[in-house]
Amino acid sequence: METRIQRIFLRGLLPAILGLGSLQLAAAEPTESEQEDAGGISNIKVFDPQVERREVDRDSIDTENWEFGAYYGVISIEDFGTNDITGGIISYHVTEDLFISANYGESEADLTSAEILTGISILPGDRTYTHYDVSLGFNILPGEGFLGRDIAFTSNFYLLAGLGATDFAGDNHSTAVVGGGYQVLFNDWFAMHVALRDYIYKIEIVGTKTASDLEISTGFTIFF
Amino acid sequence: MTALKSGINGFLILLLILGCQTATADSDEDYQQVSVADPFIEMHTGPGRGYPIFHVVEKGQSILLIKKRTQWYKVKSPRGKVGWVHEDQMEQTLTPEGERYETEKPTKEGFVNRNFEAGALAGDFDGANVLTLYTGWSWTPNISTELTVSQALGNVSDIQFATVNIMHQPFPEWYVSPYVKLGTGIITTKPRATLVFPEDREDELLVAGIGFRAYVSRQFFIRAEYNSYTILTSRNDNDQVEEWKLGFSVYF
Repeated sequence: METRIQRIFLRGLLPAILGLGSLQLAAAEPTESEQEDAGGISNIKVFDPQVERREVDRDSIDTENWEFGAYYGVISIEDFGTNDITGGIISYHVTEDLFISANYGESEADLTSAEILTGISILPGDRTYTHYDVSLGFNILPGEGFLGRDIAFTSNFYLLAGLGATDFAGDNHSTAVVGGGYQVLFNDWFAMHVALRDYIYKIEIVGTKTASDLEISTGFTIFF
Repeated sequence: MTALKSGINGFLILLLILGCQTATADSDEDYQQVSVADPFIEMHTGPGRGYPIFHVVEKGQSILLIKKRTQWYKVKSPRGKVGWVHEDQMEQTLTPEGERYETEKPTKEGFVNRNFEAGALAGDFDGANVLTLYTGWSWTPNISTELTVSQALGNVSDIQFATVNIMHQPFPEWYVSPYVKLGTGIITTKPRATLVFPEDREDELLVAGIGFRAYVSRQFFIRAEYNSYTILTSRNDNDQVEEWKLGFSVYF
């Protein structure tokens, strides 16, 4: 189609501009057979580049918005000493700033001072401490950490706030969680965390009081 | 406890081994290629706007798409530099067919046409603090179903309940979209250890509720609802419980 229009312009319009009259303009429109014989411009072949094309398929791009991992740390269970805690965490990164995180940890409560002094156990039986929560996280202060001259790791701090439950001393307690952490990514899918979380809940062992269990942990996560 | 601990220790060791290997096993041929149509695009050191720009790729050059995290694409430049490009800039690239590359940004339209959603809600269940996790599936723009698991921790008992609900939203195209729901489920009530109380109970329950979803940004929306539960107890009277909740959700 394009070549036909070009031809009309080149053979028809140019003579018209040159003042050869409207008659010649009408006659200049070639018939199909004339086109075949015309040669010149119409014989130029379109170059076929023979390039192998790669399809861009969005679905085949690897998206890595999930992160899961395990951590180990210490937790100060109010009145029951400082104990080690192991746990797991799974997060979904909604945006570069915001993520949703579910966390589970297990520990074993030590003896209280009263129990050591009197020899009478306040918690006969199970001293297992379990905690789980769902929290919202915000990434702040993105940065880079340098190891020597040539290696740089991306890093960031994050803040956490959420709700969950702490199962301890025979009861499950509704728990508020606040915390934060520092994350270093060794490559794009493997990260190290140092996190600080505070679990706040009401406990009724001897009267009701608010307990605040501070946990500090180190963990490794992978993105998938 | 010890089984969990050793499991986690094993997992950490596995992660360390994996982490020590470099992730360059994939050859360039496996990646999709697009060409830059803007005067240039900027490569950041990390997937976030705060990470510094360390390299630019000029118009006409091709880049390879390695992976995506949130709004960021990890790309490889013709000079072999690897960095992260924001999706707004990726939209200014062309596929080998010469079409604009579409980034599949989650938008309000995606929210209206969502199929799968999941989220967490917290609130008040008859004086107890309640925490709910749910997943939902939209069968049509108006009708969806959801599966919920909740825990309500109060002064007298530890209540756990799970429900299956059918929901109707009359105005699916609204960004603040109201809905009504009806459902059924089971509820278990465990009295507090400090109280002398009858043993654990398990009952069936019915739920009717009303609420709304409000779109925030990207995949994110908030949800608020009021539910009225009828617990079909084995006693002569059924229990009526009211619940208020507010939470956040994402759609996929």
